[in-house]
Amino acid sequence: MTAQTAPRGRPLQPGAESAGARIMAVRGFKFWLVNYRRTWRGTIYSSVLGPILYLGAMGLGLGSLVDSHGTASLGGVSYLAFLAPGLMAASGMQTGMDESLYPVFAAVKWQKTYQAAAATPLRPRDIYRGHILFTTMRLTMNMIIFLLITVAFGAARSPWVLAALPVAVLTGLAFATPLDAFAVTREKNDQAFSVIFRFGLIPLFLFSGTFFPVAQLPAWIRPVAYVTPLWHGVALCRSLSLGTADWVGALGHVGYLAAITLIGLAAGQITYRRRLYV
Amino acid sequence: MPLGRVADVPDPDILIRARGLTKRFGDFTAVDGIDFELRRGEAFGFLGPNGAGKSSTMRMIGCVSPPSGGELSVFGLDTVTGGAAIRARLGVVPQEDMLDVELTVRENLLIYGRYFGLRRPVIAERTARLLDFVQLTERADDQVEPLSGGMKRRLTIARSLISEPEILLLDEPTTGLDPQARHVVWDRLFRLKQQGVTLILTTHYMDEAEQLCDRLVVMDGGKIAAEGSPRELIETYSTREVLELRFATAEHDQAAEKVAHVPAERIEVLADRVLLYVPDGDAALDAVRGLGLEPLTSLVRRSTLEDVFLRLTGRRLDDG
Repeated sequence: MTAQTAPRGRPLQPGAESAGARIMAVRGFKFWLVNYRRTWRGTIYSSVLGPILYLGAMGLGLGSLVDSHGTASLGGVSYLAFLAPGLMAASGMQTGMDESLYPVFAAVKWQKTYQAAAATPLRPRDIYRGHILFTTMRLTMNMIIFLLITVAFGAARSPWVLAALPVAVLTGLAFATPLDAFAVTREKNDQAFSVIFRFGLIPLFLFSGTFFPVAQLPAWIRPVAYVTPLWHGVALCRSLSLGTADWVGALGHVGYLAAITLIGLAAGQITYRRRLYV
Repeated sequence: MPLGRVADVPDPDILIRARGLTKRFGDFTAVDGIDFELRRGEAFGFLGPNGAGKSSTMRMIGCVSPPSGGELSVFGLDTVTGGAAIRARLGVVPQEDMLDVELTVRENLLIYGRYFGLRRPVIAERTARLLDFVQLTERADDQVEPLSGGMKRRLTIARSLISEPEILLLDEPTTGLDPQARHVVWDRLFRLKQQGVTLILTTHYMDEAEQLCDRLVVMDGGKIAAEGSPRELIETYSTREVLELRFATAEHDQAAEKVAHVPAERIEVLADRVLLYVPDGDAALDAVRGLGLEPLTSLVRRSTLEDVFLRLTGRRLDDG
């Protein structure tokens, strides 16, 4: 994200301008922050409860059945250790989608927060990046919580699990930046969003290697899994948590996720301008 | 001349200059090559019915709508290339309030102040002053959602002033408000005008234009039909007095034909009334009675901008 200095019409009175405001996107970010003050408690509960329920039911409960049949196909680790980092990446995807589709549509259609902001020195790209900054903050919060719970469950096998944190955040951003760019183009209604959740998020969640290795899928469908950003996030988070990551693989996964994120950022710069400058 | 300024700005008091300004949406031309200038300290209005191109013009001035043709400069800067720098010096009251209704009154001002890059203590001090100005101090920490339409409008005005703008843009500032709420808003805008704030507003209420505007343009179909102060427009395009006659429905058409014999500068036959534009309304009424006509009601009044609009476009303002 490039730093944008604030354009200055006339000199403001000395000391009137706040320090962080020189980066225009930070001004847009502050809106989401003020807004979040009302809702943060509820989001923390679900961020804590979700991982505990999943790791308890699937990791420990279902895991005891899996483990008793041998885990050679999982790489010889317990199902819990296999599942937790995958779920972390999937949780990043979930947060990325939750923070992008409906909040953006609400801001551009229901509340017109975006149009109000567009009348100020903020440019559409600042408004867009401000929201992405906030999404990054939310992702970081949720992924820290997920990581702590993973460690508390004894599911991390390597100190490299710490590196899974930024990877899971990046996985979320690889979904958030293109979906933000898409959500702002919706003029009439939000029908497309439930389709995305139903036919995008859920299949990805189930078939991107989160719950079982993609190698278990029929050969013809595996390439589909490999192009989804989630598979890259899952694969890298898992290899970091298990301590099996190698540099080449890691760079490949990060490069792919970063590329999707940057494509989303470039697209959003265009779609936000088209929507807000009519 | 300072560097980076547009070279052809001889007069620093001209804040907005439009030449051949045009806005098209596909095949539809919303604004059709208009020229106008706004001078520092004046209250300037765009008067016209819905769809005249007023809001499109305002959005172009507010740098959120690139012109399709012509030139538009604000503070001597081009609105396309200098958008952010121009908007930093504008206050905008849009047609829809666009408030964050789930936040409090105070938080709405905080967020807006942040958009302009102001520090918290500066925002806090201005918030106290502005909420007092728009009479919302007691609601400062209430959520916006349940506020009345008039209160929301006043909050939107306060929000637009948080950056101490040099020009305040108001797009239909009282549309949708009840008469009492309208008068409160007018009173506040009048005070701003007295404080020397440059106002530019659109309206389809002629009383609003007469009360608030020093100078205005009448817009119709994307074009400027006339320009001047309310008084000049009335003097140029209408007569001193207007005689309004209302006849029984059955007699309306027949009476309208007969009335044509009364000497008048102009006669407008509306669906429910006949308007005679005359220097002396009472004398004209005597002449009507002299023809043996007896209207159900008659009214002698001064000409208004409504009459100017009718003369210029052949339609009434609220015909839309």
